[in-house]
Amino acid sequence: MAHKAQPQSKNTTEVTGAQSLILSLEAVGADTVFGLPGGAILPAYDPLLDSTKVRHILVRHEQGAGHAAEGYAAATGKVGVCMATSGPGATNLVTPIADAYMDSVPMVAITGQVSSRAIGTDAFQEADIRGITMPITKHNYLVTKADDIPRVIAEAFHIAATGRPGPVLVDISKDALQAKSTFAWPPKFNLPGYHPVIKPHAKQIREAARLIKAAQRPVLYVGGGIIRAHAAQELAQFVEATGIPVVTTLMARGAFPDSHELHLGMPGMHGSVAAVTGLQKADLLITLGARFDDRVTGELKSFAPEAKVIHADIDPAEISKNRVADVPIVGDAKAIIVDLLAAVTEGEYAVDPASYAAWRERALGWKATFPVGYNAPTSEALMPQYVIERLGAISGPESVYVPGVGQHQMWAAQFIRYERPNSFANSGGLGTMGYSVPAAMGAKVAEPDRVVWAIDGDGCFQMTNQELATCVINNIPIKVAVINNSSLGMVRQWQTLFYNERYSATDLHTSVGSRIPDFVKLADAYGCVGLRCESPEDVDATIRKAMEINDVPVVIDFVVERDAMVWPMVAAGVSNDLIQIAKDTAPQWDREESEALEQDLDADHDGIPTGSHGA
Amino acid sequence: MSKHTLSVLVENKPGVLARISALFSRRGFNIDSLAVGPTEHPDVSRMTVVVDVEDLPLEQVTKQLNKLVEVLKVVELDRDSSVQRQIVLVKVRADANTRSQVTEIVQLFRGKVVDVTPEALSVEVTGNADKIHDLLALLEPYGVKELVQSGIVALGRGTRSITDRALRSAG
Repeated sequence: MAHKAQPQSKNTTEVTGAQSLILSLEAVGADTVFGLPGGAILPAYDPLLDSTKVRHILVRHEQGAGHAAEGYAAATGKVGVCMATSGPGATNLVTPIADAYMDSVPMVAITGQVSSRAIGTDAFQEADIRGITMPITKHNYLVTKADDIPRVIAEAFHIAATGRPGPVLVDISKDALQAKSTFAWPPKFNLPGYHPVIKPHAKQIREAARLIKAAQRPVLYVGGGIIRAHAAQELAQFVEATGIPVVTTLMARGAFPDSHELHLGMPGMHGSVAAVTGLQKADLLITLGARFDDRVTGELKSFAPEAKVIHADIDPAEISKNRVADVPIVGDAKAIIVDLLAAVTEGEYAVDPASYAAWRERALGWKATFPVGYNAPTSEALMPQYVIERLGAISGPESVYVPGVGQHQMWAAQFIRYERPNSFANSGGLGTMGYSVPAAMGAKVAEPDRVVWAIDGDGCFQMTNQELATCVINNIPIKVAVINNSSLGMVRQWQTLFYNERYSATDLHTSVGSRIPDFVKLADAYGCVGLRCESPEDVDATIRKAMEINDVPVVIDFVVERDAMVWPMVAAGVSNDLIQIAKDTAPQWDREESEALEQDLDADHDGIPTGSHGA
Repeated sequence: MSKHTLSVLVENKPGVLARISALFSRRGFNIDSLAVGPTEHPDVSRMTVVVDVEDLPLEQVTKQLNKLVEVLKVVELDRDSSVQRQIVLVKVRADANTRSQVTEIVQLFRGKVVDVTPEALSVEVTGNADKIHDLLALLEPYGVKELVQSGIVALGRGTRSITDRALRSAG
């Protein structure tokens, strides 16, 4: 997945630092840069004008450039590139950089810096962006010599794309961009301390295979690492060969087809009963490229209490960070699955899929009994879940879906059926409202032939909708479904459940009582097509109408029921055993299951369910 | 909690110290002592970090340090199989009556008097943390006017060199 440096010319040419930067971007294979110029980065924008290989897309806010680079990367696996000037330009990139760091998105951010002589003097538009981004980048650079530019750009792309992907920031002082230099490609890397482990250790693979063979209730707990490692096909082969059920985390939606019988759904706070319970009851977690995030585990000490853990990750620091692994495997997910598949299909630890038949039946029983669903209060109510479900059904699995953050994000994860990797891009770790529109823009630039849906909330949409201008002007026809409940919906849901329905600062006035702003008029003002849908019978027709418009962006204002809530739900900080499928409603287990559950819940035999102590 | 001494070999580049100290603070690890200096290789600096953590968080510290691109090698130095030293400079109240008592204590610890005035002595002592602690306990009654300590530096015993091994694997 690394960008291979294409040897172009061994001859050195006389250039400025700015020219060297653009030549380096061309050489490393960057075809798109999302950015916005300013004083310190200005020299770089001059040769950029002449580049026929690098397309620059002028955004309206640097945060949009950063998320667009993320969307570009998420849809393709290639390194996304964004550019900004010093000071406020650079600090506006901080949110998308932090977002890319949390979600392991390969991204290179290039920022201008004040002249090296002025660094440290509190010069105009000076900010120590290298210092600021140290904790949220995989690596970062401050370049003050023009001669260093090709090497640093080559290293930055290499670091961003290899190992556990992540954002790399390159801050270049204005005098370095202006200075005379020479350009030669490929430069020699100077990375003595960077050696990501790709190939898994054979002994660990054998040990994992031994646990898989010994297990009776194994689950594949699959995270975003599968998508980053392009290992979806290998995962599918592994499931076919072993018959082990799969859960895909929020970051892994699409890593395994939702249509597959053995897919139990998404685990976690808003996961399906089958996925959450599958993990809780498992005796073995085969964890691939996932990181035991608190949104998945709930209360950590009661998470999957009976399970041994195989934890495979390319980042050794993830292993045993939250949950101690019985068998740690460091390496690339694809290489690990290939080796693991070989180990469980032949030899001493060859697995017979029939040995998990009873477990499969139990897990599939949960899936059949407790599907993720919703109820409408009246037949006229436009339920947000219905809108998103129809959107997925009509637009289909070849589209790319890019939600913002909140209720609509969870519904997009629950009610759209994902069949392929890179068809879902979202802000999972950082939870960045405003991700959707610019990330969808980036995904559409990377995948112009696919339909790209931004599924946004009325709150999120108001944070970054200025990029609709960028979309219109640069002919990037994304489609935006605003799930408009006139509220900061997820916060409102928590206020409903945990704050006595006291709705403090969550009313956005975007549909109930007033339309400020009117999203249809807003779309129109940007030169997009604006549509509105307020009743269930119009949903299909409105979506189909949007599907027919491919020359400009379309914004649909879906005015939905504001009291709709995301279910199932595990309240923050409690055990996943306490999953609820609706308000105050636990799943009704059949007799055998419920007895088993009660025993599990009271593991310490003190008559009080584990997890409710001190509640 | 228990104390662990880590030797961290890093590229000798600007900003590396900031990166490492930021990592400790961000991940919530407490640094007890930190010493940084050049090594026999001009491109490599060595940090000796003493952290106060349990074993599992220590594993996290080590792994997170190793993730930093500019970190070449992290080695935990066991107290028994390494030499650990720090230097302390201390200004002690000492007049004509007490001067000889103070110098006697300093000699017991194989320290040196580096400056004398009619009211005070400045003393230099090198040793491990226990020795320094004991010295300071004995000097305390005379009146410690000013005290400065270096971080601990540590070197594994025996013939093997962690720098050699690090540079070999890095090359």
